[in-house]
Amino acid sequence: MTGLRYEAPENLNAAMALLGGAEGSARVMAGGTDLIIQIDNEMIEPDLLVDIKNIKEMRSIDQVDGGYRVGAAVTGMELMEHEGFCATWPGVIEGVSLIGSIQVKGRATVGGNVCNSSPAADSPPPLIAAGATATIVGPNGSRDIPVEDIAVGPGKTSLAKGEIVVAFNFAKRPAHSGEAYQRFTPRTEMDIAVVGVGVNLTLDGDGTCIAARVCLGAVAATALLVDEAAATLIGTKVDEAALDNLAKAASAACRPIDDKRGTIEFRTDVAGVLARRVALVALERARKN
Amino acid sequence: MATILEDSKFNPDQKLKVVGTNPVKHDGPDKVTGRAKFGADMYLPGMLFGKILRSPHAHAILKSIDTSAAEALPGVNAVATRDDFPELQAGTPGGDLSRNIMAREKVLYDGHPVAAVAATSESIARRALKLIKVEYEILPHVIDPVEAMQPGAPILHSHLRTKGVEGAQDTPTNVVERLVCEMGDVEKGFAAADFIVEGEYDSKPMHQSYIEPQGCVASASQDGQIELYCCTQGIHVFRDRIGEILKIDSAKIRVSQSEMGGGFGGKTSPYAEPVAAVLSRKSARPVKIVLTRNEVFRCTGPVSATKSKIKMGCTKDGKITAAQADLVFQTGAFTGSMFFNGPWAMFTRYALDNIHTVACEVVSNRPKVNAFRAPCVPQIVFGVEALVSEMANKVGMDQIDFRLKNAAKEGDTTVFGQTFERIGFVETLEAAKQTDHYKSKLPEGWGRGVSTGFWFNRDGDTTGSLTITPGGSVTIMVGTSDVAGSRISLSMMAAEELGVPVEKVRAILSDTAMMGNNRVTAGSRTTYSAGMVIVDSARQAIAEMCRRAAEIWGVPVEGVEFVDGAVHPSSSNVGEFEPMSIAEIAAKTSVSHGAISGHTEMNVTGAGPGFGVHLVDCEVDRGTGRVDIKRYTVIEDAGKAIHPLQVEGQYQGGAIQGVGWALNEEYIYGEDGRLQNPGFLDYRIPVASDVPMVDTVIVEVPNPRHPYGLRGVGEVPVTPTLGAVGNAIGDAIGIRPTSLPMSPPKILKLLKDAGLNTN
Repeated sequence: MTGLRYEAPENLNAAMALLGGAEGSARVMAGGTDLIIQIDNEMIEPDLLVDIKNIKEMRSIDQVDGGYRVGAAVTGMELMEHEGFCATWPGVIEGVSLIGSIQVKGRATVGGNVCNSSPAADSPPPLIAAGATATIVGPNGSRDIPVEDIAVGPGKTSLAKGEIVVAFNFAKRPAHSGEAYQRFTPRTEMDIAVVGVGVNLTLDGDGTCIAARVCLGAVAATALLVDEAAATLIGTKVDEAALDNLAKAASAACRPIDDKRGTIEFRTDVAGVLARRVALVALERARKN
Repeated sequence: MATILEDSKFNPDQKLKVVGTNPVKHDGPDKVTGRAKFGADMYLPGMLFGKILRSPHAHAILKSIDTSAAEALPGVNAVATRDDFPELQAGTPGGDLSRNIMAREKVLYDGHPVAAVAATSESIARRALKLIKVEYEILPHVIDPVEAMQPGAPILHSHLRTKGVEGAQDTPTNVVERLVCEMGDVEKGFAAADFIVEGEYDSKPMHQSYIEPQGCVASASQDGQIELYCCTQGIHVFRDRIGEILKIDSAKIRVSQSEMGGGFGGKTSPYAEPVAAVLSRKSARPVKIVLTRNEVFRCTGPVSATKSKIKMGCTKDGKITAAQADLVFQTGAFTGSMFFNGPWAMFTRYALDNIHTVACEVVSNRPKVNAFRAPCVPQIVFGVEALVSEMANKVGMDQIDFRLKNAAKEGDTTVFGQTFERIGFVETLEAAKQTDHYKSKLPEGWGRGVSTGFWFNRDGDTTGSLTITPGGSVTIMVGTSDVAGSRISLSMMAAEELGVPVEKVRAILSDTAMMGNNRVTAGSRTTYSAGMVIVDSARQAIAEMCRRAAEIWGVPVEGVEFVDGAVHPSSSNVGEFEPMSIAEIAAKTSVSHGAISGHTEMNVTGAGPGFGVHLVDCEVDRGTGRVDIKRYTVIEDAGKAIHPLQVEGQYQGGAIQGVGWALNEEYIYGEDGRLQNPGFLDYRIPVASDVPMVDTVIVEVPNPRHPYGLRGVGEVPVTPTLGAVGNAIGDAIGIRPTSLPMSPPKILKLLKDAGLNTN
């Protein structure tokens, strides 16, 4: 080890130049709440850290075309204190609010939570259920991809060398839409999801579900967007029969592992139970919008 | 020396001014402002940083260790291995401790130390560890204690034969000891029973989870003296054991204690401290070692895993007639679980005539267990109280009435041979019955559990001194540790004796050179035992002040008495003298006989047993198996609460540690014998929002053997918890869990198997 180089550029181009020109391994650091622990535990030994917290455009929350653009380096607490965003996307906020303690969320960012690619992360399921996209900037320019296309496995992303997630984009909400996120943990807080479920649905004027997205966390190598689960709701009034089918579809989609955090059987069962409970919250919210 | 207190008894008529109040702890402000110095806070000039290389294997022969590359790394001043520790015979206390601190022939668990480095920085030390080449020959391992008992199981120690078994044993075993405890005739007892209940229970190791990891600085001088600063529950025991394993005269070792960031029994024996001493000796520099949380989990003592098979019987009018148990205690890689506490304490709350228990202590490829509040008791009471509740239900009696009918009282003889003096179990049960909690109606869907607990309470060798300053203030010093606020309680007892405000008293903790031997601060012995020596020292000082006053007044010493912080003539016949306060007498010491002090060493006896009752209400999520503790009340006999807030803190802390153990805490091993969850993320102690405010009721049935009547309160509050939570869950879902922890996957499985799960 020759020592760790730390840089905190003030614009995106400088960040790209640092990452592009880096010899050895370079890591982007947002809040650092995962990264520093990984360095401390000697899981990674980067040669260069590029801290993106000084880059203005990555730190703002803006209304764009009736929707929202949230900078990837916006901290959890900053997002949770944004009244407009909280009112529009309560389920996303439910996920963000579970990323560690208040102190941790004062540093931790949604971008970091997504790019750390933990299968159990709390913000990806509601972001994916919300249909959010990520703006990625890299050596070859800028592109937008669905959030579900970022993580490809535990700790692994689809990002190419030198690419950075700059922002997340949330489209304007249709009327009668609601979303929610819940997770199961043995403890009430300061814990890691054993199962997480995000549900986003839209009703028509009669209360029939016309669109739905269901995303499961911690039951596979990445967060799972489960079309089969969404299909059980679309065209229904989200009644008992639909909820039973949703629970079955959610359980059926699980591809979990047995590990210290839960058994296959437990995760599969709880995914169904939780999907039903979360859908009911989303439904309640959709009816009020 | 003869002590004044030898004939002292509790005086029920005393009027107390300080004892029983809640003054601010004198050591409190430093703790809340960050000034207090813990184990990791000591820095010495020229200090090096030590790191320990640990085995990744659960069981392997340690074939060779090549440290040459590490030694060659710039910044590395010393490397230590087994070759730097004297070879002590395997299977002796010293031989076991030495091998636990630094592996010799074999590594016996994941995390077992194999080498250590001292370097000028932590990062150089870490890098040096990676340069040490260790050649292992991996052996089959065994984690589970029952598997470790089977023929053909991997053997940890070739020298080991089972104690307590008759006849020659040709082959080595993992069973350290088989202990039979019995009284009466269980066959006859079961024959007289109308109901017989039985069950099998198991528990997993939990860790003491003190927030402060062990930290120490050792400084060896060129002439072989060692100064050690560390976080410890027993300075003298650390000194003597380190002297034993390093073959150093104990006069040459001086151990000073830091503030204690939690111990709970886990800091009663050394781990990194002797390693730091060896590295300091080799490098001729002070060496600091602070364990990481990962190391704390992997190599310092968790508690014993257990398996128990218990059977009890009672008559149809609710009298328990017999109790029988087969118990297995896992002790980790080396003996020392204190497993005898289990069979001794498990039934002792109840007055039983017929008991038969067989308990085995077994080694397996896990870290050596260490003490934790009431070692080896709560996890066995977990099963006993399930059966007691079941018997109450079968008989059709109220849970507390059933326990009252069988409650142990003064004069009852225990399975370990003690006959109880005055104890307060009946009063504690009656107080529990009167709580709002017990009288409240249980909300729909909740369950309520009752369980009781007992601990012997300990005493033993203790030293203390007390000095009056020239200004009339008081300094006290003890050789015990302060794990939970003993300094303020001792200051209060001194203040009470001397009739001064507690703010005039300051307590300090000695190092090993300042005071004679003390047993470890453990077993709920310290406030009791150190309280005895401090009260005695205060009374010596009072006697001396009376002598001085008599001399000044020119009257016989019988003519003066000490009342309310001043010496008075005992009657007008003695003469007309203005009373002299402590400050006035102290101001004259330079013209009389010098400083006024008291000093006591005592093998303290008479610790009064403690009893507690826990009430728990819980709700179970039938879709996820998650248990929510809704209400919790601890009722316990403190004898006399010197500082009631501290006593309450002991009750609450015990209950909360027990809730964690009951619901989530466990050591999880992979197939490879490695610990899977060595951190607080996946080893789940409760967070604040996991538990309700724990209500407390302090019962006071004075211990007749203590001047203020106190009983230890540190251990009892954990003993009933597992049983109480288990009984509450059983009441809520109709199935009493038998396996700890009662985690969501296990509870959901119980619900599913019974067709009771819902959305």
